Amino acid sequence: MSKLVVTSIGPASSVQDGGRPGSQRYGLTPSGAMDRLSLAAANTLVGNEPFAAVVEIGPFGATFTARGGAVRIGLAGASRNADIGGRPVAFDSSATLADGEALNLGFARGGSFSYLAIEHGIEGEPMFGSLAVNARAGLGSPYPRPLQSGDELKTKAASGATERRIELPAATEAPIRIVFGPQDDEFTAENKKLFLDSEWKISATSDRMGYRLEGAVIKHRDGHNIVSDGTVNGSIQVPGNGQPIVLMPDRGTSGGYPKIATVITADLGRFAQTSAGRPFRFKAVTMAEAQAEAIKFHALLHSLHDRLRGVDDFGLNIEALRDANVAGQAVSAIDVSTWQVALP
Amino acid sequence: MAEPLSPPRLLPSGDSAITVEFSRTIDDAANRRVLALDRVIAAEPIAGITETVPTYRSLLVHYDPVQITFDALGEQLLARAAKAPPTESGTRRWRIPITYGGEHGIDLEDVAKALQTTPDDIVARHAAGDYRVAMIGFTPGWSYLSGLDKSLHLPRRKDPRLLTPAGTISIGGIQTGVQCLAGPSGWHLLGRTPVRTYQLHRDPTFLLEPGDAVSFTAVDAKTFAEQDRAAEAGEFVAELVTP
Repeated sequence: MSKLVVTSIGPASSVQDGGRPGSQRYGLTPSGAMDRLSLAAANTLVGNEPFAAVVEIGPFGATFTARGGAVRIGLAGASRNADIGGRPVAFDSSATLADGEALNLGFARGGSFSYLAIEHGIEGEPMFGSLAVNARAGLGSPYPRPLQSGDELKTKAASGATERRIELPAATEAPIRIVFGPQDDEFTAENKKLFLDSEWKISATSDRMGYRLEGAVIKHRDGHNIVSDGTVNGSIQVPGNGQPIVLMPDRGTSGGYPKIATVITADLGRFAQTSAGRPFRFKAVTMAEAQAEAIKFHALLHSLHDRLRGVDDFGLNIEALRDANVAGQAVSAIDVSTWQVALP
Repeated sequence: MAEPLSPPRLLPSGDSAITVEFSRTIDDAANRRVLALDRVIAAEPIAGITETVPTYRSLLVHYDPVQITFDALGEQLLARAAKAPPTESGTRRWRIPITYGGEHGIDLEDVAKALQTTPDDIVARHAAGDYRVAMIGFTPGWSYLSGLDKSLHLPRRKDPRLLTPAGTISIGGIQTGVQCLAGPSGWHLLGRTPVRTYQLHRDPTFLLEPGDAVSFTAVDAKTFAEQDRAAEAGEFVAELVTP
């Protein structure tokens, strides 16, 4: 039996998968990965089902050690300085830790969450069909809480398969797309325009339940109380102080504030990866556009296998060179302030 | 012959869910229509619907846009809403024990002051109520009950508490509720029940269903402690009056 032992880990890191939809009528939120494309990419790299359980790692660094045999991993999502026993590892690729070797991950760069998939998956007892951690409901396996140092993730020994990388669509800084509703009629046209015209930042107090936005104050037409109704992943509710909150996978299944708009499915993962403090904007699209994008996103999630390449097939790719860490700790050779400091 | 019911409003909740809204206020008649539509969809499924979530006044319908569009699903939902009979048959009634006041209901005295009466009077009015599970939401098993006596209507607290105990029974606005897990709440805490409306590894995991009837029985703190142990061991503790 191989296992990956958590030797150090920051807050907001937990086992997540495709989540547990199906019991929202009883108040049980689905949870699951914040960025489903990265979840599926990490799993695809090691031959797992796209929505198998992985470790979702928050913005801070983490270290894992293989015990009891070799462990093969796939890394995707927010890239970081990464090495296995000093040997650099690129994001969006797989790698194997020999028994006793450590995987060292630095702070997240250009995103918030990284995904560490383990070949053959993580052993656990599914609850409502999922290992996803929902600490409030006491759900999640092998631990019903965020990961801590000393935790063990059991798996089967590495297969010895050839390492892979995965080519994902280029990252974009485009506005986060929304469709208005269900309660956009609780806001005047002027306030809906303000919502679209404003530059927003995600507050540092955000978590897996919701991202609090800082920016303009969005006023309600007649007060901020509505009779509670259902929420979805991406619901943008506006509480009394006029500062919107975007509901994320650990959201309450119902809420009593008007919801001005909803982030479209295709942009949920990209939105979840927006770092605290980085400015962004929203853009309204029609339902037809949103649904066409949802269909394209679904096709992408289910065709990731076609995007696998041999790990040596890099060519001259600046991103790949940077991730391969040929420049040491530097992100930019010119701007010293971008250099990442290795964690103690 | 009764007047035809007005059709619900279809509100987009992103590209993968529709809110079917019957009312904007808390209204048992609208809630009955919500639950009736929910039953009709269960009996005559529509391809592409992944999950439904009934609330006081609306039915949230999650769907897969790969299988069905907003417009096509909306049409089918309106057709089913038009024929859904707003009747309930075989309603279950639960009797749920509560210990009122003291450490179990730290707001009881303040509620009595705010409503210019005595704690005993608040307990008597709350325990006499005939309630209905209008919806379950927010966190697992959190049951919102309609039917609160008008004399107990009270705005929510200005400063919500970040942590209230598991099993709390509270009032807020025109509602009362049974909270299963510890968590934040802006309601006024009147008491606690040993009943777990959600308990992992128990069959059924969720005790109450939207549409169930509920009444409360006041018990003393000693009974609470005994029943709490029994509930922890997996007993329902709640009494099913009418199957």
